[in-house]
Amino acid sequence: MSTDLVPGPDHTSRVTWFLRGAAQAVSVPGLILWTAHVGFAGLAQEAGLSVVQAMFMVAAIWALPGMVVMLGAMMSGAGLVAIAFAVALSSIRLTPMVVALVPEIKGPRTRPLTLYLLAHFVAVTSWVVAMQTVRDVPRDMRTSYYAGLGGILVVSNMVVVGLVYSVLDSLPPLVSAALFLLTPMYFLTSLWGSAREEASHAAMLLGLVIGPVMHRLAPGFDLLAAGVIGGTLAYALHRFRRRPA
Amino acid sequence: MILGAVDAWWWPYAFILIAGWATTYPWRFLGVFIGGRIREDAEILVFVRALATALVAGVIGNFVCYPSGPAAEASLLLRIGAMAAGFATYLLWRRSVLAGLLVGEAVFCLGLYFGG
Repeated sequence: MSTDLVPGPDHTSRVTWFLRGAAQAVSVPGLILWTAHVGFAGLAQEAGLSVVQAMFMVAAIWALPGMVVMLGAMMSGAGLVAIAFAVALSSIRLTPMVVALVPEIKGPRTRPLTLYLLAHFVAVTSWVVAMQTVRDVPRDMRTSYYAGLGGILVVSNMVVVGLVYSVLDSLPPLVSAALFLLTPMYFLTSLWGSAREEASHAAMLLGLVIGPVMHRLAPGFDLLAAGVIGGTLAYALHRFRRRPA
Repeated sequence: MILGAVDAWWWPYAFILIAGWATTYPWRFLGVFIGGRIREDAEILVFVRALATALVAGVIGNFVCYPSGPAAEASLLLRIGAMAAGFATYLLWRRSVLAGLLVGEAVFCLGLYFGG
């Protein structure tokens, strides 16, 4: 069915689709992201950030790996340039994600500015949910739908971080320890699930081992080494296996 | 230049904007720019994805091997064991992230409670 015959999207349905996108934020992936942000809040407090600074970081970066890399580097006393480099490297993956999403949400009359603004909402969770559900949304309404989904995910996770900060001190150690595991567990599984090809699966397994080993051998270059060595080996393996024997 | 280098209320926010936003948003911008210009199955993207995945995995590995706070009380064996149990559950149980999370947490908490 073509939606192009509709003479311009009317305001009411834009709001409706925005709200439908927002409702998608309360899905299983959305809830898991909340728990991951509970873990992030604990880590941010350990790193010495105030509650407002932690909420600001959620809104400004909006990519948990980048946020966790930044906190980890802050705690190890790294400087601005080293942190910026590590965060930039951890966020390269956002480019192919956006490249894949743009053709899905772009309508015939979508302005480039709208896409550049919506791109800020792209992170693992909103991307996975959008790629799964956006085909059921009329093409004209997809940007409104994604604005609702991404916007509410950002805002609700800022609220989660704010709430967790106020109760964090009173949590029993067992609960704090349990919260710690949420973030790596969530990443491990969603990273595996979002991988398109075996090369990324191999890269994940290699990175899991190379990161901690290099942390001992060359602290400060551990993540770079994990990315470059693990990624190159995985890609080489991919090329080698695809070639006829 | 570290986080505590400048004693002003706005410095941490500037720090987060410079080292956090200015280093992540350009990748998103680039994604929109490239948009339809690059084929999604382009070979270079396989390498880029592998590199990015290995890097994020390195973050996870460090997180589990060198924790801080209350989780440092748990032995390395318990931390890795809980992650492995959660991941195995995820793989075997219909790729359910939630199931993996629950089993990983259950193993971890039981281990901690019974003095792992």
